[in-house]
Amino acid sequence: MSAKAETASPVLFVKNLSTSFRMQDGRFHKIVKDVSFDVGPRETVALVGESGSGKSVTALSIMRLLAASNSRVEGSIQLGGTELLALPEAKMQAVRGNEIAMIFQEPMTSLNPVLPIGSQIAEVLTRHRAMSQSAAHAETIRLLEKVRIPEARSRFAEYPHRLSGGMRQRVMIAMALACRPKLLIADEPTTALDVTIQAQTLALIKALQDEDGMSVLFITHDMGVVAEIADRTVVMFKGEAVEVGRTEDIFNQPRHPYSRTLLSSVPKLGSMTGVPEPMRLPVFETSRENAETVPKARRSKPGADQPLLSVRNLTTRFDIRSGLLRRVSGRVHAVENVSFDIMPGETLSLVGESGCGKSTTGRSVTRLVEPTSGEIRLVGTDIMELNGRALRAMRRNVQMIFQDPFASLDPRTTVGAAVAEPILTHELETGPHVKERVADLLRRVGLGPDVAGRYPHEFSGGQRQRICIARALALDPKLIVADEAVSALDVSIKAQVMNLLLDLQETLGLAYLFISHDMAVVERVSHRVAVMYLGEIVEIGPRSAVFENPQHPYTRKLIAAVPIPDPARRGVKRPLLSDEIRSPVRPTGYEPAIRVYREVSPGHFVQQWGEEWGNAA
Amino acid sequence: MINYVIWRILQMIPILLGVTLIVFVLLRVSGDPVLLMLGEDAQPEQIEALRLALGLNKPLYQQYLMYMADLLTGDFGNSLRYNGQPALQVVLERLPATASLAATGLLFAVVISLPAGIVAALKQHRMADHIASSFSILGQAMPNFWLGIMLILIFAVTLGWFPVSGSDKPLSVVLPGLTLGSGLAAMLTRMLRSSLLEVMQQDYIRTARAKGLSQSTIIVRHALRNAALSYLTVIGLEASALMAGAVVTEQVFAWPGIGLLAIQAINSRDMAVVQTIVILSSVIVMSMNLIVDILYSVVDPRIQHG
Repeated sequence: MSAKAETASPVLFVKNLSTSFRMQDGRFHKIVKDVSFDVGPRETVALVGESGSGKSVTALSIMRLLAASNSRVEGSIQLGGTELLALPEAKMQAVRGNEIAMIFQEPMTSLNPVLPIGSQIAEVLTRHRAMSQSAAHAETIRLLEKVRIPEARSRFAEYPHRLSGGMRQRVMIAMALACRPKLLIADEPTTALDVTIQAQTLALIKALQDEDGMSVLFITHDMGVVAEIADRTVVMFKGEAVEVGRTEDIFNQPRHPYSRTLLSSVPKLGSMTGVPEPMRLPVFETSRENAETVPKARRSKPGADQPLLSVRNLTTRFDIRSGLLRRVSGRVHAVENVSFDIMPGETLSLVGESGCGKSTTGRSVTRLVEPTSGEIRLVGTDIMELNGRALRAMRRNVQMIFQDPFASLDPRTTVGAAVAEPILTHELETGPHVKERVADLLRRVGLGPDVAGRYPHEFSGGQRQRICIARALALDPKLIVADEAVSALDVSIKAQVMNLLLDLQETLGLAYLFISHDMAVVERVSHRVAVMYLGEIVEIGPRSAVFENPQHPYTRKLIAAVPIPDPARRGVKRPLLSDEIRSPVRPTGYEPAIRVYREVSPGHFVQQWGEEWGNAA
Repeated sequence: MINYVIWRILQMIPILLGVTLIVFVLLRVSGDPVLLMLGEDAQPEQIEALRLALGLNKPLYQQYLMYMADLLTGDFGNSLRYNGQPALQVVLERLPATASLAATGLLFAVVISLPAGIVAALKQHRMADHIASSFSILGQAMPNFWLGIMLILIFAVTLGWFPVSGSDKPLSVVLPGLTLGSGLAAMLTRMLRSSLLEVMQQDYIRTARAKGLSQSTIIVRHALRNAALSYLTVIGLEASALMAGAVVTEQVFAWPGIGLLAIQAINSRDMAVVQTIVILSSVIVMSMNLIVDILYSVVDPRIQHG
């Protein structure tokens, strides 16, 4: 690395950076330990690691954005030869937003909600470039055009809440680029975005980097994104930079065991080609660094002829009311005429981007959300006909797991009580048997029975998701609706929980309705896949058919947008699109188009599409 | 927006109906105005005659319906105490005094709480924060009448800077205004401190810092307006407390507003005047709440009424 630094003097030079935080005991604890790396001119360096690895803290240390009262930054951070750690705060303010700019993960919350986006950008120009208001206004419009925001001129006075996440991230980028910084720090800038929007945003950052000749420090947990954009990569693990090197080298010959396992636990889209059944992922145990499990194919056999769950013409709409008399002025067509079957022991995945209706479908099936119309048959019984006691009894058969394991457990209830609650409500067991059952369930999800007396905050995200799974299993359900159940988890934890779900499917013969936006995860766990777009299923079929022979233009677009964790397959430059995900809000009286499906191969159906997709086929 | 305001004004009607009903019934079950007016030694015939003249011999529901019918024509009844003047006129004459007192109180509350809240938030857990927090607890704990008397003792009697009572001098409004505004100032300071502390943790404040903005720009431009929402909420909620506080404060300072009038009218069973004051006060409080709700959408573009 030092050899490289001598040839072209780096834009950013970080040497022996250590950052400590004052913890509750009043002492300082090192979060980032002795990290060294550099970023050359026009170079993109990725900081990659899981949550808690210290990658964001490293970025905030470089920007000196950590509160001085309870943090300490040591070592050396040089920007074009200037030691940033020695600068007084006033001088540092002149560096921020000017020579180093930063964009953040959450476009929804990173813009001030009460100020128009234009003035938030113009503010940077008046601050650092001493521009007049009118000059800053004109330059802001130029910047909005530069980040390909349509109708930039009229967007100046728009407030952030009127823009989608992707558009907001463009505004953030425009703001960051306003003063042509030498270095852009991008902290998980695409993590919160949908996959097609992520692809657009990555392409935009790359294009702007070429135009302005800036360097980028890109922080991410997504190995696919790393492979897509980074020249060099720094792998971080527990606050240390365990491996620094060219991205190809790290992907092809990872030296550190952590890099190796990190790479192998990533589900890669396309890696399941030719594999008939869902497959476990190799798992990395942080405690035993070299323990790798060999992946083995699952032998779960969806054999029976009778579908466990049969959904026909399911439609769920939400009224939008407005005006003096709160009349219905429009409807969200969240789920529109959706039909599918799930066989016992089978996994059907619903995949699509935000707002496509996949979660509403999951909730409608369990009648947590009341469907507008349709038929839902669970083992032959029409759920739509049930009410009260019968409905509750039916729910024993269908349980849910949600995305956020932090929000879906009551912080004031012990783990044991949380798992016991459904058992007691449905009077499945009494007295001492309840305790035995809870212990058995906790053992099943890989936690000991001794955790029953502890509270959720004592557990990590992955462990909490295991607790949620134990709670879902308490009623011996036949079907589990897993709504983004692994999306919030780190790569290695995600692999463990996915494996657990696969194991449980095999031993208990569970069926899953697996709702996810992550194509690679879906490819790994599913028997069959349904692709949703604007409330409708546009393509459904066996996993291999949908992934290996996608028919609908939207399925193709979705698959193409997934970054592949392989630098050799780094895509040709994508066209810089700025189209947005369309909204399922319709005026009252809107009649959805009558859809026709074509059978491509046995069980593989695709919706016939119209003009709006052009001749994309 | 216009629809929203119309809708909100329509919503006031059932509330006002409830208010008139409660006041009407409570006043009539709490004592006989005729006895109070005529004195202990009145002749039964006299009492009966006055009762007949005032319509008090009719059933309560008939009295109420007659009263409501009069209200709709703008007739709030006549004052028993002020030589039979229309009650509305009696109250309206006193309203400007209370309005100026309440406005002064609100002004003091804002002028004190704004800097105090900002300083307390920025210097969290430091001396300035402790001082501001102590004063705001003190301000909320002190009863109005006691604070008023103390202010009179110190600033009017001992130092002679301000008039002791009344409303005839330009500086007269200062001490009662301060008395009335102190509780609100204390509450607003604490509210602004906590909401600013919360806002300063938000992602967009980090964005503002990453832009290289100075601390003062961040607070004035980015933080204050976001913190203003809860600040406004408290003002809206405390509008009624301001009205209630005016009753006590006016009594202490002999301030000729509707608070003082209310106490006198209650003591003399001047029913028409009491009813008028209560109805007007509820209209004022509801209007304040409406104004605050409209201000919400001005401060925060995400809130849209309609």
